[in-house]
Amino acid sequence: MSNIRKAFENGKAFIPFITCGDPDLETTAAAVKAAVENGADIIELGIPFSDPTAEGPVIQSANLRALSGGITTDQIFAFVKELRRDVKVPMVFMTYANVVFSYGAERFISTCKDLEIDGLILPDLPFEEKEEFHPLCKRYGVELVSLIAPTSGNRIAMIAKEAEGFLYIVSSLGVTGMRSEIKTDLASIVQVVRENTSIPCAIGFGISTPEQAKKMADISDGAIVGSAIIKLLEKHGKDAPKYIGAFVKSMKDAIR
Amino acid sequence: MTNPKGRFGIHGGQYIPETLMNAVLELEEAYNHYKKDPEFNRELTELLNEYAGRPSRLYYAEKMTKDLGGAKIYLKREDLNHTGAHKINNVLGQALLAKKMGKTRLIAETGAGQHGVATATAAALMGMECVVFMGEEDTIRQALNVYRMRLLGAEVIPVKTGTATLKDAVSEAMREWTSRIADTHYCLGSVMGPHPFPTIVRDFQAVISKEIKEQILQKEGRLPDAVIACVGGGSNAIGSFYHFIEDPVVRLIGCEAAGRGIDTFETAATINTGRVGIFHGMKSYFCQDQYGQIAPVYSISAGLDYPGVGPEHAYLHDIGRAEYVPVTDDEAVNAFEYLARTEGIIPAIESAHAVAHAMKIAPAMDPDKIMVITISGRGDKDCAAIARYRGEDLHE
Repeated sequence: MSNIRKAFENGKAFIPFITCGDPDLETTAAAVKAAVENGADIIELGIPFSDPTAEGPVIQSANLRALSGGITTDQIFAFVKELRRDVKVPMVFMTYANVVFSYGAERFISTCKDLEIDGLILPDLPFEEKEEFHPLCKRYGVELVSLIAPTSGNRIAMIAKEAEGFLYIVSSLGVTGMRSEIKTDLASIVQVVRENTSIPCAIGFGISTPEQAKKMADISDGAIVGSAIIKLLEKHGKDAPKYIGAFVKSMKDAIR
Repeated sequence: MTNPKGRFGIHGGQYIPETLMNAVLELEEAYNHYKKDPEFNRELTELLNEYAGRPSRLYYAEKMTKDLGGAKIYLKREDLNHTGAHKINNVLGQALLAKKMGKTRLIAETGAGQHGVATATAAALMGMECVVFMGEEDTIRQALNVYRMRLLGAEVIPVKTGTATLKDAVSEAMREWTSRIADTHYCLGSVMGPHPFPTIVRDFQAVISKEIKEQILQKEGRLPDAVIACVGGGSNAIGSFYHFIEDPVVRLIGCEAAGRGIDTFETAATINTGRVGIFHGMKSYFCQDQYGQIAPVYSISAGLDYPGVGPEHAYLHDIGRAEYVPVTDDEAVNAFEYLARTEGIIPAIESAHAVAHAMKIAPAMDPDKIMVITISGRGDKDCAAIARYRGEDLHE
């Protein structure tokens, strides 16, 4: 059983997203540790990209803040190496295809293995293009996480059958960001997923409150939260980790 | 030249969020159906001829030819189309397709504003809603086109993120499309983005080279020796090249915007300075740093100020079928003024990049050689900016 899969054994999983280097790597490290101490089951680490087309304004700004601080992929790799000494939960990288491609796919993915990065989420790599990186992910044991969207319809079964790690179900149309209400019929999406795979699925996009997280985790195996955490970093900067810890605790308690 | 997965050699593909996959598959299916539909083609031809004013003229630039003293120069006058540029060819095709698909709303990105104006025009004509995303920087450089779009009933949204230019307008239009797909067609303006856009836009622009071929055969009884066009995303260039790709005697030359020079960071010459990457739905050449972060690019021309290039151009470059040359701001401005004085034609600053390269190579060619330059658009929109470039205090 993969480490990612094991992380779903402890009740419903809570998966926070944090952009590396926003506002600096020291804060990222403290934020990750605070999240883990307060119940995060998997950590989704964002490697910033200059033009993140799947992100709403909150995560776009986090990417730009990190990049304007001069952060690079190499610095993030060195940082994760350090971080791995203290953080034992599974970690996945979330970034864009060009960051991996440009670094050299094999060099990037083999480094993930060395760093004990368990998975890779690339929002601009749909099922049709996964051959770009999937053979290398397979070779180095890094799970390539697939996404399912409210518009996936007849594609859900095809994607679910080949999915690995966990399935990332996008809750709503549009980009990342907080939403007051999630209207998609997610239960029927999850049902099709269940009919086609035994790997866990977690819901993300638009979740910011414990109530929403509970609702999403009730119909799936976990909740992914990005923008609400990034908001705390935007607001509190270097002081954000303690607020992130409290926030993660409230979310994990709600879905447990 | 497109293979089934939308690849041009290694380039192209569909690197987009899952949310958009069914939308592009639906578009591909509809396009494959309607491109063979006689009624669709009849309606489109009628729109192109009666509304947009096609075929556009192939004009023998006699004064320019004599002045440069080399190859015989013809100008393909896309500037004479309705709305003043080649952009209308693609927009009428996509808007008609969108309408057949039951869409009621068009969204578009625009750089110089020409594609936005064309989209707003087609939306007005066909009774569709229209929203245009334009980099805030470009809304300032091309204020007149912003007004034109609003006059035509479109909503113009200034994009403030990133470099606030064309690339950010594309990103924002893609984001908007992921949030509203059911009634909305993304009317992409160039031969870029995910499959099937590079193919659809090329097919709608290929009318340019189809006409050039017929016109030059009629006028000269033979094929031209060179076809020259400017390249940002590359839609007028691919349109000008397409029907000559299988004629190896015809040199195909794309002119990239070098900005302040390809040895500076202030450039937008993608093929000359970029590397292969994956962005905006496609694999192609992009200006980027060593970590794959997309570079801020620069050109005096808002329409060529884009860090990528269409995948079919990337492929034509890889196989050596077309040449891609850099042209600086200075050279383009000189050509802008030269064509105005010599032929009484004010070209778009984008098209002036092609004129500038022609001015470099025509004198060295024999007088029995024939060259066609595509004037992709007219330059009224650029006059104020060029005046300022020359130090005049002129504002719109």
